[in-house]
Amino acid sequence: MYAAPFEYHRASSVQEAVGLLQRYGDDAKLLAGGHSLLPVLKLRLSTIGHLIDIRRIEGLSGIREAGGEIVIGAATSHAALQHSQLLQQKLPILAEAAAQIGDPAVRNLGTIGGSLAHADPAADLPAVILALGSELRVEGPDGSRTIAADDCFTGLFSTALRPGEILTEIRVPVPTARTGTAYEKHAHPASGFAVVGIAAVLTAGTGNTIAQARIAVTGVGTAATRAGKAETMLMGQTPTPDLLQLAASKVPDGIAARGDLYAPPEFRAQLARVHAERALLRAWQRMR
Amino acid sequence: MATVMRPNSLVGTSVKRTEDVRFLTGQGHFTDDLTLPGMTSAVFVRSPYAHARIRSIDATRARKHPGVLGVFTGQDLMAVNPLPVGWLLPGLRIPERRVLAVGTVRHQGEAVAVIVAENPYAARDAAGLVEVDYEPLPVVVDAEAALAPNAPRLHESQPDNSAFEWSIGDAVATDAAFAGAAHVIKQRFRNQRLIANAIEPRACIASYSAAGNDLTLWLTSQNPHVHRLLMGAFVLGVPEHKFRVISPDVGGGFGSKIFVYPEEVVACWVTRKLGRPVKWTADRSESFLTDAHGRDHITDAEMAFDARGQIVGLRVRTIANLGSGLSLFGPSVPTYLYGTLLCGQYRIGAIHCSVTGVFTNTVPVDAYRGAGRPEACFVVERLVDLGALELGIDPAELRRRNFIASDQFPYQTPVALAYDSGNYAPALERALELAGYAQLRAEQKQLRAEGRYLGIGLSSYIEACGLAPSQVAGALGAQAGLYESAQVRIHPTGKVTVYSGSHSHGQGHETAFAQIVAGELGLALEDVEVIHGDTAQVQFGMGTYGSRSAAVGGAAIHMSVQKVKDKARKIAAHLLEAAEGDIEVEGSNYFVRGSPERGKQFGDLALAAYLAHNLPQGLEPGLEAVSFFDPTNFTYPFGTHIAVVEVEAATGAVTLKRYIAVDDVGNVINPMIVEGQLHGGVAQGIAQALWESAEYDPQGQLLTGSLMEYALPKAEMLPAFETDRTVTPSPVNPLGVKGAGEAGAIAAPVAVANAVLDALSPFGIKYLDMPYTPSRVWAAIQQSGRK
Repeated sequence: MYAAPFEYHRASSVQEAVGLLQRYGDDAKLLAGGHSLLPVLKLRLSTIGHLIDIRRIEGLSGIREAGGEIVIGAATSHAALQHSQLLQQKLPILAEAAAQIGDPAVRNLGTIGGSLAHADPAADLPAVILALGSELRVEGPDGSRTIAADDCFTGLFSTALRPGEILTEIRVPVPTARTGTAYEKHAHPASGFAVVGIAAVLTAGTGNTIAQARIAVTGVGTAATRAGKAETMLMGQTPTPDLLQLAASKVPDGIAARGDLYAPPEFRAQLARVHAERALLRAWQRMR
Repeated sequence: MATVMRPNSLVGTSVKRTEDVRFLTGQGHFTDDLTLPGMTSAVFVRSPYAHARIRSIDATRARKHPGVLGVFTGQDLMAVNPLPVGWLLPGLRIPERRVLAVGTVRHQGEAVAVIVAENPYAARDAAGLVEVDYEPLPVVVDAEAALAPNAPRLHESQPDNSAFEWSIGDAVATDAAFAGAAHVIKQRFRNQRLIANAIEPRACIASYSAAGNDLTLWLTSQNPHVHRLLMGAFVLGVPEHKFRVISPDVGGGFGSKIFVYPEEVVACWVTRKLGRPVKWTADRSESFLTDAHGRDHITDAEMAFDARGQIVGLRVRTIANLGSGLSLFGPSVPTYLYGTLLCGQYRIGAIHCSVTGVFTNTVPVDAYRGAGRPEACFVVERLVDLGALELGIDPAELRRRNFIASDQFPYQTPVALAYDSGNYAPALERALELAGYAQLRAEQKQLRAEGRYLGIGLSSYIEACGLAPSQVAGALGAQAGLYESAQVRIHPTGKVTVYSGSHSHGQGHETAFAQIVAGELGLALEDVEVIHGDTAQVQFGMGTYGSRSAAVGGAAIHMSVQKVKDKARKIAAHLLEAAEGDIEVEGSNYFVRGSPERGKQFGDLALAAYLAHNLPQGLEPGLEAVSFFDPTNFTYPFGTHIAVVEVEAATGAVTLKRYIAVDDVGNVINPMIVEGQLHGGVAQGIAQALWESAEYDPQGQLLTGSLMEYALPKAEMLPAFETDRTVTPSPVNPLGVKGAGEAGAIAAPVAVANAVLDALSPFGIKYLDMPYTPSRVWAAIQQSGRK
């Protein structure tokens, strides 16, 4: 496992990294945790001329609360998410999902920004970010802008980030009271990636009704996506186990399920239904 | 637990492994850790095709790459002999297997060229610059498909792709048994291909010194002397006394490090060619594509029962996938290590087994933990469960009725083996007791009513291990003896160095062997050093495989210790002015019967032996002994394992809830080490049932070529195992030990299979291919129509 030669750059600021990206274009890659990038380079599935290390950029990692939002630096490690008391209190689903990524070594190095920007179709965090209605702050040659999570994951390993842009932080609105969340995952026995991952966020309205339901799916299609049909079925309704099951059964609708040796498309869809039901049941319990 | 015979105070004690300090503190010394002055790096150019003609190889650009010292292809190595086959069967077809492909490549990953460079980066860069013009040829990966008349042909010499037709047992008697049977169970089985995945990939450093014409090879080997003999004498033509093989700390093998592979031969050739040391270390992708794979059988089997449930006959027809050519012991695994085990623990009147070995465009197949015996155990134990289902008899009861009785040993089976000892019922009963079998069955019934599917699976396995004796192995086609050697050298201070021909690649020899010696000589464990893995230090050895280290290698050490003690006794008698017959030994004290307080300590006797000032007439100075132990038979560990699973109908997910293992491996030297071996074997066996499978696409591309797809068992995926032992000492070695390295891998796959299929019995599912992945189980439930 020896990568082809490349130039190594250590960026000390986001601006510097953006400048390097601009200069080297397609021939450059950003290094954060490196858990997806480095194996690809070592296996020579990809070769690049320039590796831009953004791990030591100050202020790019950390978790804080500001103005009704939780702000997470893009270089924050999965382990930091998992162990954050703030997240455990305010966004337990994010800590819960982060704890299910890889193994401790992976979680210590892998970052939320790397995971979201890489957009692996089987990554856990894209679904959680979608279900939480987050925003992604990016910085590029033309300054900074915000991408809604809903608009971010455009396809297989593709995002709405433009060439030269760097994801800097993830902003998640703190859920209102009586919000229940849950992440349910079927992990691949070899890779630990999500064969199917379902993130469910239910917010109570008046009485026992559901004011808002956000359900996001990873692993099934080419990119993490919302399960709109199932969400609509739940809005304004008073949940029952039967209703949740019915909604869950619609979760794979409209997603072209991928297939592989471990899970053919029809089985992936079935896993999505079963795990969606579990996620909804748990989120409902936590909502009440 | 039965009483354990303890030949000495240390044997039978769970001493902590002395080697673990260095392993746990990162101070182990593995092949890749070594750097020699002037060392170069080798990288292999490998075929992306499973079957192709090589039109041309253009290495011009690669040769010009900075740091490259040489690029060599098959044509350059024509003076190197093809790889050897170490086990011959009657009529065996042996296609030439060259270390670098010449003319044709026959599996994905086959080496076609080697780059040698100043460092691994340059070598890897240059490998990408070698232009090989391939003409792809039709591919066949399935062994049964390879036998079809129009199948692509791998070897010109072998039109039907078959390597051998082999059979064992009595076909006529078996036909007669089936003709008179009350019930016949038929089933087709696929025992899937597996990949060993030792934690340390294969690696070697070859270093040639022209000054002395000396060749040294550091190698991840389970059997360094065998490697030296085969590579030196048969492949390279290097004299054995000028060829040193050193196998330092080795991180696992599971069989995969027994064989002679192309890469280390090429390294030896290159170092002689360039006059500089060369290192090659496989990366994980290369391990997947080049380490010998295991299993890969398709079997049609039938078991005949009489009306009372007695097994009267067994007929087995197996197609064994051997891969693109014959690996070193490839022919022995699906034959003598498989067909001979089909009697299981049972009185079976007549057995017949025939096996066809087949070439396909896949990595060569050879021994992997259990090697043939897990495949045999699977066939027998699954058929017994199917019989139980058909006859309406509880699986435990059906086994009980068919066991060979404890007073029938030694027991001659209809498939060549004579079981030396055994007592099968107590292991079964103990396993049932640990499991709470009756209660489990009641729970199963209750849960089924709730739509939950609990399954209970039994596996009463037999294993032939302690691979030996040489004469029998020779008669069956082995091209090597199967004894083991040991030298026990007592230093003048009474400290001891043991040189063993056995080899530890994780098994804990340094501790277990020291226990045998220290216990027997009344010394502290730290007074004994165990040396292995270096042909320049150790006299000779056959190495470690087939669960043979304790039973054969340990016995050789015991023999040498006895010789040393005999000599010490002579010296003691002389110094104490007594008759040798009056000398008694307690620990390290040698004394005249009745006067232990006036005895001589072993250390004093050692010093006397080396001072040689006052020795008995005619006795040579010094105190050491070499022994070669060649047992009279295999050993036959056995036991019963029980798996308890729950299958979730909605997802097909199998949860292994409990695993109970009662094993009889004879006497044990270190119960903790034995326990560890059994745990590891069980984990690998469970993994075969639930997760592991080497899968090729129709073009011969390995789809499970990395740890992202090939699922090895992890601790978090397994329950805490519940284990116990019964003890039936083996009569064929002085320690009464049998072997524990493979038992788990043999017993576990079918225990889990029986459990999963028991859970699925309400759906009418009687068979599924392993591994029982959720999608496979779910699809079977969907198709059952009983959901």
